[in-house]
Amino acid sequence: MRGMRSVATGLLSALLLAGAARAQDKPIHIGVIASMTGPAAALGIPQRNSIALLPRELAGHKIDWIILDDATDATRAVADARKLIDEDNIDALVGSSATPASLAMIDVAAEKHLPMIYMAASAALISPMDAQKRWVFKTPQNDSLMADAIAAHMAASGVKTMAYIGFNDAYGDGWLAQMQRAATAAGIRLVDAERYARADTSVTGQILKIIAASPDAVLVGASGTPAALPQKTLKERGYGGRIYQTHGVAVKDFIRVGGKDVEGTVLPAGPVLVAAQLSDANPIKKVATDYVTRYEAMYGPGSVAAFGAHAYDAALLLTAAIPVALEHAQPGTPEFRAALRDALESLHAIVLTHGIATMSPDDHNGFDKRARVMVTIQDGAWKLIEE
Amino acid sequence: MSPAIAAILIQDGVVNGAIYGLLALCLVLVFAVTRIVLIPQGEFVAFGALAYASFAEGQVPALLAVLAVLSLAAFFLGLCTEPAGNERALAMSTLAVPAVSIIACLVLTPLRLGPAMDAVLAVAAVAPMAPLLYRIAFQPLADASALVLLIAAVGVHLALTGIGLLAFGAEGMRGPAFMSGGVRLGGLDVSFQQLWVVATALVVMAALAVFFATTLAGRALRATAINRIGARLVGIETAAAGRVAFTMAGLIGAASGVLLSPLTTVYYDSGFLIGLKGFVAAIFGGMAVYPLAVAAAFGVGLVESFAAFWASPFKEAIVFATIIPVLIWLSLSAGDAVEEEG
Repeated sequence: MRGMRSVATGLLSALLLAGAARAQDKPIHIGVIASMTGPAAALGIPQRNSIALLPRELAGHKIDWIILDDATDATRAVADARKLIDEDNIDALVGSSATPASLAMIDVAAEKHLPMIYMAASAALISPMDAQKRWVFKTPQNDSLMADAIAAHMAASGVKTMAYIGFNDAYGDGWLAQMQRAATAAGIRLVDAERYARADTSVTGQILKIIAASPDAVLVGASGTPAALPQKTLKERGYGGRIYQTHGVAVKDFIRVGGKDVEGTVLPAGPVLVAAQLSDANPIKKVATDYVTRYEAMYGPGSVAAFGAHAYDAALLLTAAIPVALEHAQPGTPEFRAALRDALESLHAIVLTHGIATMSPDDHNGFDKRARVMVTIQDGAWKLIEE
Repeated sequence: MSPAIAAILIQDGVVNGAIYGLLALCLVLVFAVTRIVLIPQGEFVAFGALAYASFAEGQVPALLAVLAVLSLAAFFLGLCTEPAGNERALAMSTLAVPAVSIIACLVLTPLRLGPAMDAVLAVAAVAPMAPLLYRIAFQPLADASALVLLIAAVGVHLALTGIGLLAFGAEGMRGPAFMSGGVRLGGLDVSFQQLWVVATALVVMAALAVFFATTLAGRALRATAINRIGARLVGIETAAAGRVAFTMAGLIGAASGVLLSPLTTVYYDSGFLIGLKGFVAAIFGGMAVYPLAVAAAFGVGLVESFAAFWASPFKEAIVFATIIPVLIWLSLSAGDAVEEEG
């Protein structure tokens, strides 16, 4: 009888202990919304792939990554966000891949008091700062940072006039506005601005008009492989000036599709694109090469895309902020979400694959000039331009 | 605008117009015979282009697995729905052709036999999907209203877009030219690829005209298009007519894709917009008149090319706005394209 009682007591205390342990190890749920299908699939797929490289455990808590696809559709992104909040009770949200869907999700994040980190680029997502946007952060560089870099490179190479051809969407609009500002500041005149659609089979009309304006340089404001078409047409029509691209083309497929016509292109990009060529003194090199090595170990040599690193950077920010937030509250509670937001906002000099982020109440991107390098294409590979 | 620029724009418009013309022909053909607005037509173009580019790189696209699945699905669906005793014919039409295509692609791709063989393989890999899709998705609905068929076509289009993403990935591909270089025609540089596109389009159009005018199968298709019930009364099997129409649409669509591949980068979802422009041309022809549709296709190509020069932000809007006067005219002169079987 005595033996029985001691066994029962032992079992009970074991159960209690286990219960206590479970309470302490309450899992952290993080939602990820990526555009794995639709027009932004080229961004969303490497981002989804990067999630697989992320830690499953942090500070004694299991981390549960829940990934949904928004099909590059703003309505679907909002529905996904609500589902993750209501059904999975997430503590933070990473997403989405493209600007329109991300813009639509701000309302949800602010309404539910949920910290959210974008993988989309537009500066309009986080500025001007207001009561809603204080809940959202962003890992890709602002277009303005990249546009300034292009304008500086143009001015240094003696470019006086430039033309622009870009996507007929938010990406093209944003870049045109930023480039106009940066070019004017650098004393460069924009002589022609043309548009085309991602699915267009020909841009001959636009290119003829650009060539007729005879600019010293042309900037293509497009992303992924569709950015190769204007450049190929420019070469076909015998354009001899320098051609600039945006960091939207920082994928291997762009070089594959563009072939020898994209040799010598100049573009600004995140340091991760040329991780191995960075100087050893650069703290970004270690983080970036680590990401590239792990990604390629999992998905094959040459498979890494700079876009995927935005997801990885978002996770690095969370990894840095979660331990701080855990000191204030338990995961799954509104207090934890608020603490996580505060912790993200006070992050200082966090080294990411794309740059070094120092957040502030006004700047939820936190990057400075170290977050961009100028790159050219040489012999079918990215080559860092030393400054 | 200088005459030189106008000449280049016209050249560009004619090349694109030739592709739209081929698509418009398929759309008119399939609609006339089956009352289906073949929205997935653009996917055959995109798949043809992507398959050609894959073969040219020595890769066998995952699309072959899709073809195999469709083939088996069509066979088993046929076993369940068609009368007994037909198994041999069913197996021949659903299993034999795709099997030959798949084996040919697997055996011949690693040999790298050059662009001509790649083009043949691309058409062989993509075109057989069309009649299989007809058997699976449309034949069971053959007597439904045009609206139901349209919705089914939208469904097939969405499914194929997703399959395209899985089979070819999100990034685009561009195939090698059949022949590099070009000639100078009256002060205008014309690449051989552009000549190929226009020449092939004209040959296909002429061949179709001869097919419909002189062969028994062509006349049977025309009879089905004019009156389904009447055609059935004189012994034309309308389901078979539908399969023939789809096969032709698949062949022409895939071939257009192969022609387009060296000229531009094609994506898994590029087909829809290309198909839509073919559709605009088909509407000009009232979905019934082939020569009018072809002429309109060249018109669409030219409007697109000049709109790109003058007002590139509104290019698509201008192209699609041209359809409005035609629709008004068609609805005022109602009776041409009105459905009789509802």
